[in-house]
Amino acid sequence: MLNFLAKRLVQIVPTLFFVSVLIFSLQHLLPGDPALVMAGEERDPAVIAQIRAQYHLDQPIPVQYLYWIKGVLSGDFGESLRNKMPVLELIAQKLPVTLQLAAMAIVIAFMIGIPAGIVSAVKKGTAWDYGANLFALWGISTPNFWLGIMLIFLFSIELGWLPASGYVPLTENWRASIAATIMPAFVLGNAIAAILMRHTRSAMLQVLESDYVRTARAKGLSERTVILKHAMRNALTPIITLGALELGTLLSGAVLTEQIFSIPGFGKLIVDAVFNRDYAVVQGVVLTTATIYITLNLIADIAYILVNPRLRG
Amino acid sequence: MTDTTLGTSASLAAAETLESPARRAWRRLIRRKGAVLGLVVIALFILLAIFAPLIVPYDPIATSWSLVRKAPSLQHWFGTDELGRDVLARVVFGARASLLAGVISVGIALAIGVPLGLVAGYRGGFIDGLISRITDAMLACPFLILAIALAAFLGPSLGNAMIAIGVSATPIFIRLTRGQVMSVKVEDYVEAARAMGNPRWRIALVHILPNILPALLVQATLSIAAAIIAEAALSFLGLGQQPPAPSWGSMLNAAQRFLTSAPWMAIWPGLAIFLVVLSFNLVGDGLRDALDPKAR
Repeated sequence: MLNFLAKRLVQIVPTLFFVSVLIFSLQHLLPGDPALVMAGEERDPAVIAQIRAQYHLDQPIPVQYLYWIKGVLSGDFGESLRNKMPVLELIAQKLPVTLQLAAMAIVIAFMIGIPAGIVSAVKKGTAWDYGANLFALWGISTPNFWLGIMLIFLFSIELGWLPASGYVPLTENWRASIAATIMPAFVLGNAIAAILMRHTRSAMLQVLESDYVRTARAKGLSERTVILKHAMRNALTPIITLGALELGTLLSGAVLTEQIFSIPGFGKLIVDAVFNRDYAVVQGVVLTTATIYITLNLIADIAYILVNPRLRG
Repeated sequence: MTDTTLGTSASLAAAETLESPARRAWRRLIRRKGAVLGLVVIALFILLAIFAPLIVPYDPIATSWSLVRKAPSLQHWFGTDELGRDVLARVVFGARASLLAGVISVGIALAIGVPLGLVAGYRGGFIDGLISRITDAMLACPFLILAIALAAFLGPSLGNAMIAIGVSATPIFIRLTRGQVMSVKVEDYVEAARAMGNPRWRIALVHILPNILPALLVQATLSIAAAIIAEAALSFLGLGQQPPAPSWGSMLNAAQRFLTSAPWMAIWPGLAIFLVVLSFNLVGDGLRDALDPKAR
């Protein structure tokens, strides 16, 4: 276990290094002189020279990278051109909103995806199975921004049950907070429910054919006990860790969902930054998501070993 | 009687072995209802995209102040938008941007990903380590966030959106190709080709590549579906197709502002994205089953 952990941690270092190089190089994709781009409307040569010196743009690229990464490692992600706020502070402000959305989405995804997967595996070849598979296909193929718009149309405009946009912090008024986030959370959870359903179905099918399930049935246990106690436990272990890995899908989805429901989270931060040409914020957001993703990946790996005694050793 | 039965099964077996793998895969694919439905819908949208000017009588970018946000009618089946443009014409012409973006961005991902995956899987060692770590780094950035960041730095246009989506989809193809190559390169026929003194590039291209094509084909089909959604997402955000050119994503963006007064503006472009993406997913799933050697 310790050996494995050490090996995984060593592997993460080069990955994080390449992530940082990738994100640093983004700014060199900008057409023309980055100093001119950062100056925006400003055409005063003195200002441009100052920007060039401030961001070390007059230095060779590897040196520029060293300056940048030194800042990042000490928590300095640069400053937002628009808000004149440190990028890290902006991210810390917006991240909890998206995390609330993501947590609700994961709960919804598990509540739909896992029962659907189990039912379709147990009732393989029946109308139940067919219906669950159709649901999964629908979930993977529906663009989440369209689903969001349609839900707003139905539940906010036609029925008037839920607010169309906006956000209330959970600590301020939990009822209003849930009402404001339930639609976007469903939109996000829906796609992941589809993926979870497919994985649960195939894992269950595999387990249901195994010897120990046959033994359990031969012992005369009821089908209910066999499925809930014997099959499900083993089939679900990998699915739980899979949920963690779907965070990438969640964060990608959050970008558009937050845009549609005007939720001031992480996704809206990157979109606003893109339009304000606030490149330091774009880089900061990508770097943060990548770091979260890599960390969760590691946690999922460790959790998988912890719950699977055969891999301990 | 036993003889005849044996004879027929023998000739059947002979026919089976004579059939090329591509033909067999096709025969198995078209036995699946979902896949056939997907193929038909895709073919239909391709025809719509090619013959768009012959199909709809309206110009997709011609505005008309007397026709602003008119509900669906006999003249305008899907209604009109906020500038009085025919929504049906825009949906039909919008198929061009979506299908092109799907195919070209996956083409870019294949063109970069497959050679890198081949080199990493076949050479191994330091080069493999380097390519694999870069792949890991790219996979750590969520697909759409990476695409948005790339599109933001490249500048908003349909071409740049395709490049951004293609580059973001590349690591999947590197990883898939590498894994496939590693499992194929230990096969006896590759060993035999090596023993005969074939150069490495020849073994990689002639002996390994054809054997990993099925897996690549399945992934490419499913990736087209993802790329079409990504293009619509970028256009929705204003980073893809630029106005007034029609695209499903940007139509949805405009539609959101008029949801109360003109809900039809939101229904059709979304339905078009859904249908095309669903079809590519159906064909991709069908191909995976049809090409699965275990199911033979």
